[in-house]
Amino acid sequence: MHNPLIEIKNVSKAFDGFSILKNVCFSVYSGEFLTLLGPSGCGKTTLLRLISGFETPDSGDILIEGKPTAHVPPQNRNLHTVFQSYALFPHLSVFENVAFALVCKKTPPTEINTRVHEVLALMRLEPYAERNIKQLSGGQQQRVAIARAIINRPQILLLDEPLSSLDYRLRQSMQYELKQLQKKLNITFIFVTHDQDEALSLSDRIVVFNQGEIEQIGTPREIYETPNNLHVATFIGETNIFDATVSHCDEENLYTVIDGIDIQCKRCNDFKTDDKLHLIVRPEDIRVQNVSEVSDTRGKLPGKIIDIVYKGTTVDLKVELSSGTIINASEFFNEDDDELEFSLNEPVWAHWLKGWEVLLPYEK
Amino acid sequence: MKNKSLSIKLLYTWFLCFAFIPLLLIVVTSFLSKDAVHLVKLPFTLNNYAVLFTPLFMKIFIRSLLISTITTLVCLLLAYPFSYILIKSKIKTHLLLMIMIPFWTSSLVRTYALLSLLKGNGILNTLLIKIHFITNPLNLLYTNFAVISGLVYSLFPFMVLPIFNNMERFDFKIMEAARDLGAGPLDIFFRVFLPNTKKGIISGCILVFLPAMTLFYIPNILGGARSFMIGNLIQSEFLEMSDWPQGSATSIGLILIVLIFVYFVRFRGKKQ
Repeated sequence: MHNPLIEIKNVSKAFDGFSILKNVCFSVYSGEFLTLLGPSGCGKTTLLRLISGFETPDSGDILIEGKPTAHVPPQNRNLHTVFQSYALFPHLSVFENVAFALVCKKTPPTEINTRVHEVLALMRLEPYAERNIKQLSGGQQQRVAIARAIINRPQILLLDEPLSSLDYRLRQSMQYELKQLQKKLNITFIFVTHDQDEALSLSDRIVVFNQGEIEQIGTPREIYETPNNLHVATFIGETNIFDATVSHCDEENLYTVIDGIDIQCKRCNDFKTDDKLHLIVRPEDIRVQNVSEVSDTRGKLPGKIIDIVYKGTTVDLKVELSSGTIINASEFFNEDDDELEFSLNEPVWAHWLKGWEVLLPYEK
Repeated sequence: MKNKSLSIKLLYTWFLCFAFIPLLLIVVTSFLSKDAVHLVKLPFTLNNYAVLFTPLFMKIFIRSLLISTITTLVCLLLAYPFSYILIKSKIKTHLLLMIMIPFWTSSLVRTYALLSLLKGNGILNTLLIKIHFITNPLNLLYTNFAVISGLVYSLFPFMVLPIFNNMERFDFKIMEAARDLGAGPLDIFFRVFLPNTKKGIISGCILVFLPAMTLFYIPNILGGARSFMIGNLIQSEFLEMSDWPQGSATSIGLILIVLIFVYFVRFRGKKQ
């Protein structure tokens, strides 16, 4: 890949002796949509503030275009932030809010006028130009915050949970708009969120944080399908976790035992005989069948249905296995299987296709 | 509902009895003539108002305006940074209390305290001579300086409180946003902080300017003949000269000046 736009090198930060970021390293490439994902208080907002220059790292370096930024104040960095609470100027109109960065740069008024109207049109805010900020809805304020941050054509846009205060539907449409905007403007987006759906649907790459450390960096697909550890697996999407033991391996397969039942898995070199491991299967990968439909019960786990939730495109089942473990399974409706009729307490077999599982080293 | 209308009626009655009727009496009195025995007598005359435009009266009006304006500006220049420091401090409520507590004692007593501070052999002069800053005591008392000091000292909290209140509600996140958008320190102050604390400044200026124009005991105690203000004028007209009609006309003049000031500061300021 080409040279990184931002390099975060061994960055650490502590507040009042409490460590927030621990030796964080990663790079951001030009034009990408990168998401910092993690639970609240994991240090992702702090990292954003370090990049924007509002905080300085205790140790380590942040390089933008290869240049160290330690002594560059926020106003001299070619990046702008969309704040979580928007932080719009309450005493200025929509137009004046958007024009702010240009006014500070002493841009000639005619140029300010054309550029602000351009951005207002882009954000579909034209009719509100003269409105007061307090007269706008949450979604409109959000748009003003974005318009204000892109007016200066920054290289990098930092977004600190920008959608968290919008309602579900508005958030969905803003997600789409953000993605379109990023493509159109070709600005590098660094997006902070604790919402894994948002991260999966928007990002080119995701950096998963937990307690100030990076757990995994990868594309949404890599993060979802091959999580690095238990935390990533459980934080992103729904998961079923089985504790299993390796019984033996051969050329292609790894044989594990879950609650006394032999399960054939795809070979993985990380494990050897008698190792304990976590076996992770996503609910949509689990197939649930009535006992009467199954003749070959090898590699299948017996249980009974204890909950059925109809979701439109799927039926979400909770299955209590004979060992007492409760697993989640999402069954999709499709044309060759019209028998998706389940009833409570129905005895079933649950299984998944070999290779759809993820094997992780045993933790705890 | 009934209770509410009752309380509003009570309020109106209160205003009628203790604000409107007295004001009306002053207005009526201002058009009457002076009488040595009955205080006022007929006929109606405009003469009392004509007197207001004589050079002597104009001089006192202008001096009062100047002293009050300087007092207001000094209060503002002190209170604005002071409030900011207060907001940023971790013990702001304690610090605010420390300004408030002295004001629970009589302001007359505090003005006399200032007198002993400023007089020829007072604390300030003694101190300045001790540190060899001056050789002869300064003539501080009975000057406009003393009056302004007294007014600033007495009215300072009325400037601090509205500004403090306003700044406390200010969202400091937007200063960060301004910085993020490329604003330097001057831009942040003049384009963001000042406009957002303007309301506090306006309230503070009104709360300081109005009493500064009308207080009479501070210029009385600390000022000499050259710092005679409208308040003193009204006082002497009523109490020393027993010229109630002239005193009333002067009061009406003061009320008009104050109304014009409030109109310009408050309503013109809001329109912008």
